[in-house]
Amino acid sequence: MSDTHAETVSYVRETMLPQQEPPASTVGPLGWAKTNLFSGWFNTVLSVLSGLFILWLAYRLLPWIISPTWQATSLNECREIIGALNKPHGGACWGVISERWKQLMFGFYPPEHYWRPVLSLILLLVALGPLLFRHLVPAKVIYFSMLYPFIAAWLLWGGTIWNPIVAILGFVIIGLSLKFLTSVLNPALALIIGVVLAVIWWVALAGTVAGGLSAVLPIGIEAIASRQFGGFMLSITIGVTAILCSLPIGILLALGRQSDLLLVKAMCVGFIEFIRGVPLITLLFVASVLLNIFLPPGTNFDIILRVIIMVTLFASAYMAEVVRGGLAALPKGQYEGADSLGLDYWQSQRLIIMPQALKISIPGIVSTFIGVFKDTTLVSIISMFDPIGLSNAIRADTAWNGVYWELFIFIGLVFFIFCFSMSRYSMYLERRLQTGHR
Amino acid sequence: MTTLTDPPSESFRLSMLIYDTRYRAITFQIIALICFLLFFGWLISNTAQNLADLGKEPSFGFLMEPAGYDINQRLIDYNNQDSHLRAAFVGLLNTLLVAFLGCVTATVVGVIVGVLRLSNNWLISRLMAVYVEMFRNVPVLMWIVLCMAILIESLPAPRAFRGDDAEASMKLFDTVAITNRGVYIPEPLFSRSLGDIPVGNLFNISIDLIAILIVLAIGFYVSHRIKLKADATQEATGVRPRTWYMRLGVIFVPLAALLVILGFHLGYPELSGFNFSGGTHLRNSLIALWLALSLYTAAFIAENVRAGILAISKGQTEAASALGLRPSITMRLVILPQALRVIIPPLISQYLNLTKNSSLAIAVGYMDITGTLMGITLNQTGRELETVLLGMLIYLAISLAISAVMNFYNSRVKLVER
Amino acid sequence: MSELAMDTPIDRSAMKVSDEVAIEIRNMNKWYGQFHVLRDINLTVNRGERIVIAGPSGSGKSTLIRCINRLEEHQAGQIIVDGTELTSDLKNIDKIRSEVGMCFQHFNLFPHLTILENCTLAPIWVRKVPRKEAEETAMHFLEKVKIPDQALKYPGQLSGGQQQRVAIARSLCMKPRIMLFDEPTSALDPEMIKEVLDTMIELAQEGMTMLCVTHEMGFARQVANRVIFMDQGQIVEQNEPEEFFNNPRSERTKLFLSQILGH
Repeated sequence: MSDTHAETVSYVRETMLPQQEPPASTVGPLGWAKTNLFSGWFNTVLSVLSGLFILWLAYRLLPWIISPTWQATSLNECREIIGALNKPHGGACWGVISERWKQLMFGFYPPEHYWRPVLSLILLLVALGPLLFRHLVPAKVIYFSMLYPFIAAWLLWGGTIWNPIVAILGFVIIGLSLKFLTSVLNPALALIIGVVLAVIWWVALAGTVAGGLSAVLPIGIEAIASRQFGGFMLSITIGVTAILCSLPIGILLALGRQSDLLLVKAMCVGFIEFIRGVPLITLLFVASVLLNIFLPPGTNFDIILRVIIMVTLFASAYMAEVVRGGLAALPKGQYEGADSLGLDYWQSQRLIIMPQALKISIPGIVSTFIGVFKDTTLVSIISMFDPIGLSNAIRADTAWNGVYWELFIFIGLVFFIFCFSMSRYSMYLERRLQTGHR
Repeated sequence: MTTLTDPPSESFRLSMLIYDTRYRAITFQIIALICFLLFFGWLISNTAQNLADLGKEPSFGFLMEPAGYDINQRLIDYNNQDSHLRAAFVGLLNTLLVAFLGCVTATVVGVIVGVLRLSNNWLISRLMAVYVEMFRNVPVLMWIVLCMAILIESLPAPRAFRGDDAEASMKLFDTVAITNRGVYIPEPLFSRSLGDIPVGNLFNISIDLIAILIVLAIGFYVSHRIKLKADATQEATGVRPRTWYMRLGVIFVPLAALLVILGFHLGYPELSGFNFSGGTHLRNSLIALWLALSLYTAAFIAENVRAGILAISKGQTEAASALGLRPSITMRLVILPQALRVIIPPLISQYLNLTKNSSLAIAVGYMDITGTLMGITLNQTGRELETVLLGMLIYLAISLAISAVMNFYNSRVKLVER
Repeated sequence: MSELAMDTPIDRSAMKVSDEVAIEIRNMNKWYGQFHVLRDINLTVNRGERIVIAGPSGSGKSTLIRCINRLEEHQAGQIIVDGTELTSDLKNIDKIRSEVGMCFQHFNLFPHLTILENCTLAPIWVRKVPRKEAEETAMHFLEKVKIPDQALKYPGQLSGGQQQRVAIARSLCMKPRIMLFDEPTSALDPEMIKEVLDTMIELAQEGMTMLCVTHEMGFARQVANRVIFMDQGQIVEQNEPEEFFNNPRSERTKLFLSQILGH
């Protein structure tokens, strides 16, 4: 600068300066290391310490992990193999995983039927396609998505094919009454009539009809009882059902909590705060010992179904709070814009408010999903055999008494893969929706 | 120019119940109320019918009957002849104990990890990210069971401490014994103790403890007054007097004096026979639960702390620097007060989560309120309805208390905005 | 500011006021809690009128026009729009809202929908128009506000002036008989105000009944057939624009005009 002022204040540049390379110490791997690892003595000490920690961990862990014990059938056999190798810090006993991984995945599901849960999982991914990757999957797949719950339930529990068909018929009744009655009646009234008719069908007629049909045309696959369910298959069954059911219920609860109707609001607040105030395990106790007391005498339905109901209620309350946060973040102008165009309450919720509120709450929704999936492990406390429950059983087995790291690393890794990919997906979704708008 | 007639005054029509905004709200609320009452009535009548069929009558009388089971980790006196109610109370105290310990540790670890995750040291921030993701994406129940397994399987048995060339030895100058039956640490003893005072006939509180707390409270109060005085001096003269040694002194000198007067000394654990005696025995179940809950919750707290600090815009730091404030003052007076506003509400809800997650104690046999009231008491008395409802109410009360604290905080720090 | 809209000569001959009453407000009062925002408002708007409502902030002018499509509820008096009284009857409210278009200060476009979807949403769901027809209408009005090429973009990708013109097109797609403007140019950068005002002038020339809350006095002078001055929740003065600006009668009006035209 100073030379420009040397003679006179007035100055005109005659040649433009070309772009120059930055100093070598600020770019390249060296520059990167200097700014990110060794800037100042404190950072240098931290870097060296954490580097040493990582090296030490690798030195202890790698030999432990690389341990040729995959064929062992008991802990003692493992110890013999490792003893023969003369390792300083011992080694892992992977035999327990190679022997029991199928059990950790499927519980006590009959091995010849493993294809059924696997097929349901693959079909689940297909059914979720239109929801998760909307721009990649043909829109028609959505019809398959609607049928999926019935197909999956039939594949998992088996039995006659007439059960799911009869159940679908109930929804067909609702659809038909909506279609034909709306021209004559108010749509809300038509919906109520449809639901009442469907409930009558399900409760009073469906069982007999299904029984009759299966007597005439016995098509079906082998039925498998709920107590044979276990492992990650059980976690996924409970988790996915609860997650999918909790979103719509949560949205309704959130709307109720925002409502001007004081009574409706009070009920929603009461429900949400109650559920959020008690641990899930108490709700599972309700599922295992109390639900049958609350229902009409003689009702006795499946333990998995009872657990799913309670986990769904639990997740809905959390979902409601997440959605409420999204609703609160929407500017009031959006409601006014919708009102000024003459949209009614449900139209503006469906077309204007919810798409935006849900988009805002994606991170919260996904972390609720992850939480629910992790919480399915609590069913081990009411003696169901999810992976944790199975791990207790395996550790109680005399052959594997004393094994724990290997088991929990396996279980933890599977959970990690599921949960981590869900959270990465939510980041992807956020980014995609973001670019769509900007 | 206008030829408008008055619109006809309306008489009430049935359709107004739905289409008139004045009646619409009432209509819907009455419908909702009727549905709600019908549903509850249905539940209650079912319950009554079922209980009658089982020959049970809802009553809480069982709480006064002798419990008949032992609780090994407890804060107050209890034996198996005490009532179920007292067992439940022991359980409640155990819940509060592990929740308190867990919250403290989780906060310390979480804040450190959260701050380090923002470090510009690449290696450190990556390590912390690995820690956070590892704990957040794996169920807490697995961490609890794993911690318990590590403690039981990998630690030496008490008998390994025996003999001249023992396989295991006590840590920290022979004061702490870490065994697979739990950890034995020195216990505080008072040779000139002031005794206990009974609270009702529930439990006893040590007068020594009360005396220490009173002295500490007075110390903190005086220390606070010194700070206020320093503030006043700074406001009047612009120079802040150096007071930190006085502020520390008024807290610690009286405390040390009191401890000497009470004859404070430590009781060390000692090997006698096949087990340790003396000292305070922390059971494995407590340690496993505490460790797992703390580390798990710390991962979430770290994320909250990180988000809170990131939420304070760079502009705030720049504005403070532009005014010539030094980084330490910027942190203390500008960044922290704003970051805390963002961090504390989620922090409190993490405390709530930790407290609720402590109910997983039942998986490792720690006798908290779930393990006593909803576990053994339920099984022994067969009173599912009463025990589960009571347990839920207790948790609900704890949660509501924590939420009340949070709401109070939120209302105090709410930014004044137009 | 008054120069902005002055450079295009305006043909006032097309702006005819008919005898038919579009809006009638009688003895209307409104309170926010204890605060009396609108006091005894009486106003008759004929079809084809262009009314500009001016006044200091907090004078209740926005509240007044928001009452006309019941974004705010009035507590006493009557509002009759197109012969339908605004009562608590939801059917009437929906009917009036679909007949009355509104533009907001902050546009209130729906950011998750494209421009075209913003314009077709209400015709499809409220008027039950087939999608193809709704899209044709939308393109017609987007051409009118001169942004047909942006139809597939999202609101966030447009400038403020363009967004406000989309908002006008969105209202027009409902074929409203009355348009309300609530400070349509207040949130815009200066260079974008003109494009929005030009659109509004064009609309006025086509005979649309318009009520505008605005501080654009140039627009008022050229386009309005009546200027209403409000203060403290009441109508203080109303007159034809020439008279209003050249011969204000009330002291409040004089003070207000001197403040906003003074420099």
